[in-house]
Amino acid sequence: MEKRIRVLVAKPGLDGHDRGAKVVARALRDAGFEVIYTGLRQTPEQIAEAALQEDVNVVAMSILSGAHAHIFPKVVNLLKGKGMDDVLVVGGGVIPESDIPALKDAGIAEVFTPGTTTGTIIDFIKANVK
Amino acid sequence: MDIAQELLNGSKLALSRAITAIENEHDDAVDIMKKLYPHTGNAFVFGITGPPGAGKSTLTDKLAREYRLMGKTVGIIAIDPTSPFSGGAILGDRIRMNDLTLDEGVFIRSMGTRGSLGGLSRKTADAVKAMDAFGKDIIFIETVGVGQSEVDIVKAADTTMVVLVPGLGDDIQAIKAGILEIGDVFAINKADHEGADRLNVELNMMLDLGGMTKDWRPPIKQVVANQGKGVTELITTIEEHYAHLKTTGQLTTRRTERTKNEMLDILKNGISTYITNHITASGQFDEYVKDVEDRRVDPYSVVNDILKGMLK
Repeated sequence: MEKRIRVLVAKPGLDGHDRGAKVVARALRDAGFEVIYTGLRQTPEQIAEAALQEDVNVVAMSILSGAHAHIFPKVVNLLKGKGMDDVLVVGGGVIPESDIPALKDAGIAEVFTPGTTTGTIIDFIKANVK
Repeated sequence: MDIAQELLNGSKLALSRAITAIENEHDDAVDIMKKLYPHTGNAFVFGITGPPGAGKSTLTDKLAREYRLMGKTVGIIAIDPTSPFSGGAILGDRIRMNDLTLDEGVFIRSMGTRGSLGGLSRKTADAVKAMDAFGKDIIFIETVGVGQSEVDIVKAADTTMVVLVPGLGDDIQAIKAGILEIGDVFAINKADHEGADRLNVELNMMLDLGGMTKDWRPPIKQVVANQGKGVTELITTIEEHYAHLKTTGQLTTRRTERTKNEMLDILKNGISTYITNHITASGQFDEYVKDVEDRRVDPYSVVNDILKGMLK
């Protein structure tokens, strides 16, 4: 069976701490996923366009700068605008628990905060990818 | 969505979905390719290969930008290795081409090798056709550089460029077969590093020693991709080769050869599927295996009988 789960891993905005994103990318590769790693300083527009060209199943964003409430929903809306309705959008990084409900309302499927095992992320993706 | 029709109408989403269908062997993949095929054969297909870390992606980014300034539309297929253990991959070429993401005239798709040994994904040729049918003027195929057996790229591209960097070996390395025989153009990247001129000399010597009877002596260009140096001259050289292919009729020869190889590949795939579905799937085959293992019969006779049955 040729199908692979394709995940875009991106760091939106002006946050340069990419260790977490790289750890997640490696773990996803080892779980058999194809990871398109786009790195630092991505704009929401770049993330959505890359997601379209790569026809990804999952967009995974890492942000430690506090801009998640603004950026995450923006990416979700841009994806919808491009006709990518069935992309699983997840996030991680430094995100206060109290911000998570609003993110979920905006279309983020799950937020993985510090301490989450990579296994949890992998299982969630496998269970929820469309 | 009628993927093929939407693609021909210019939908990027359709192009993206078409490549996915091709890669994952969806039921509609063959149908899509049938509809797209009449619209292919127009794009200039340009292959870039070389050892890991040579700067292929960075150079592709710079070349693509120059082509965009020339008014051409660009497709890029960036191939990275699939892990033989997990089946997964880090597709990390796109990161070198970030600024091209929002250029409407550029479409970049990352693909894993997914088990194919020559460095090219089996589905690469069809993905190229999809981009061709979409209307891309030039399509880059940037491959995994896993050493000296990158010859698959020659079958897939019109012009092939080998990117080398100084310091990766001496003149003996330079004359080893494989990667160095397939270049129509050579680019020495990171030419600001020590050893660039030496490598240039060694390459020239290798080309001399080869006693090439080809009518095209592969030019060697020095570039510093991450500074954009030498890129314009490199494009001129690439375009010269493409023009040469056209005037000598070799473009047609190469493309006919490519079509032949692709047809044989499709045929072999079909036979392989037939074998899996009709022969090895049956309990009868396991019986044969047991007979052969117990030395009641030899494998050649058994296969001969199977073939006679198949081909009657």
